Amino acid sequence: MTTVSTVMDSAVSDNTGNLAPRVGPLEGLRQTFSLSWRTLVQIKHNPAELIDFSIQPVMFLLLFTYVFGGAIGGSPHAYLMFALPGIMVQNSLFTTLNTATGLSTDLEKGFFDRLRSLPIARFAPLSGRILADLAKQTWALVMLLVIGTILGFRVGTGPLGVLAAFGLVLVCTLAISWALVLVSILAASPEKVQIFGFVVLFPLTFTSDAFVPTTSMPGWLQAWSKANPVSVISDAMRGLMVSGPAARPVVESLLWAAAFTIVFAPLAVRAFKRRV
Amino acid sequence: MTYSIITEGLVKRFGETRALDGIDLAVRTGSVFGLLGPNGAGKTTAVRILATLVRPDGGHATVCGHDVVTHAHQVRQLTGLTGQYASVDETLTGLENLMLIGRLTGQSRSAARSRARDLLASFRLTDAADRAVKTYSGGMRRRLDLAASLVSRPRVLYLDEPTTGLDPRSRNEMWDVVRGLTATGVTVLLTTQYLEEADLLASEIAVIDHGAVIATGTPTELKARTGALTLAVRPASPADLPTVLAVVAGFTRAEPEVRNTTVTVPVSGEDVMPAVVRRLDDMDVTVAELTLRGSSLDEVFLSLTGHRTEELEGSAA
Repeated sequence: MTTVSTVMDSAVSDNTGNLAPRVGPLEGLRQTFSLSWRTLVQIKHNPAELIDFSIQPVMFLLLFTYVFGGAIGGSPHAYLMFALPGIMVQNSLFTTLNTATGLSTDLEKGFFDRLRSLPIARFAPLSGRILADLAKQTWALVMLLVIGTILGFRVGTGPLGVLAAFGLVLVCTLAISWALVLVSILAASPEKVQIFGFVVLFPLTFTSDAFVPTTSMPGWLQAWSKANPVSVISDAMRGLMVSGPAARPVVESLLWAAAFTIVFAPLAVRAFKRRV
Repeated sequence: MTYSIITEGLVKRFGETRALDGIDLAVRTGSVFGLLGPNGAGKTTAVRILATLVRPDGGHATVCGHDVVTHAHQVRQLTGLTGQYASVDETLTGLENLMLIGRLTGQSRSAARSRARDLLASFRLTDAADRAVKTYSGGMRRRLDLAASLVSRPRVLYLDEPTTGLDPRSRNEMWDVVRGLTATGVTVLLTTQYLEEADLLASEIAVIDHGAVIATGTPTELKARTGALTLAVRPASPADLPTVLAVVAGFTRAEPEVRNTTVTVPVSGEDVMPAVVRRLDDMDVTVAELTLRGSSLDEVFLSLTGHRTEELEGSAA
């Protein structure tokens, strides 16, 4: 097959000379962008995914506001003011599952080994995926804010507050992603990752004050809910976007984020390196 | 003479199993080297070590003079990997997959695009360029995998069982492609379960079993040693079996095997057959069946190791 020879010809002599001893930080960043492009381009080929991360949060928003809102908050509008920040946290948290299932699919299908055989930064496959998921989250946050506003949500603070709130939820979910990365490496199949999400993330979110004030919960659950990081982040979001104290829950959220990173980042990186 | 790949005493353990038990290889620059063995022999582990995906537990390996452990980044710049475990993204198109790899290895957007187009054309995938890979046939998929490993113009290429699971037609296509590559000066390490494939493509072969090299040489040397052909003789009357056995044994150093009423034996050349025919004719033995065919890997193993490749049985993949 002569065509193959043509394609290869110029090649072999090309890279005899100087080989880079390591990946430069700028290259690593560029590779991260290339790989997040890849994750985002997948949406183009699988529009169902777009529905997944666009329609789903909106559906949650509408259902909670109009079905439960009156019963929980007195009126849909009053409830919306309370619940929108919580729904944002819930949505971002569930998006981390995408990171994990995507990663686990790559591991299972062997695409990950292809990437590891390339002369690219070792962190790029991970950071590329996380960056893409942050972009998806940002999109969902903006959409929730816009639709929430149409339904009657009003920002009580200002643009800076909103930006800070978005920044905070992204930082926190980024930190929580480490735990999900660990799960995806250990679980070894996308289905198992989904099960984990259902068993851990679901109860974690619903035993928080993201959707309901905790006053009607039994005492032990109130105590748990108070400590639940989802509650802490939701409180911080309310403080930053609507009203109320922000400083304390923001600091607590960041502490949670730091704790997640300190515990799970090294574990995830170790599991990652050991996976052969 | 220069070698692109050198391994010395390569050892890899997975728990109690020694997947590699001291492998020494030397692959000449610009050659196709065949690593032949049954499932579980350690072929893929060896490739994964050489592609820097797995660290060896003992021994060392260099690719173009760079150690695969201490200078992994350099090795990655020189090598391309195609195999069961290094695949492409099924949700992306063929073009997108190749462009992604081009971009990741530092090519500009336009360079990555034209390189991807060229590769797709030479692997006859231009028509499928904008289709998601999950719609590709098995053969197309393997060709794209191979194209993906060539994007960065590697000097050393690992082909890990490139035709396992392919139908005969796709297999032939793949062989054509690999032969095309050898004209370019790229060094190829090919692993395979098929004696025919190694024979056809490789200039040198190492047979491995249970993580150890049990024979090396050119295909011709190996065939001469192990009997690349198998002669089968079935006498019309079972009473002639001892005679047939004696006649056949006289023409080969190997031990003939009797199954039912058929005598089989590995032989090194085609000239054995007419000689056997003449001799049997002289002795008035009527032969019901007489065939000469290429030996299977199983038969080569039997003659090299005295045991059959138990892993090969019942494993299609």
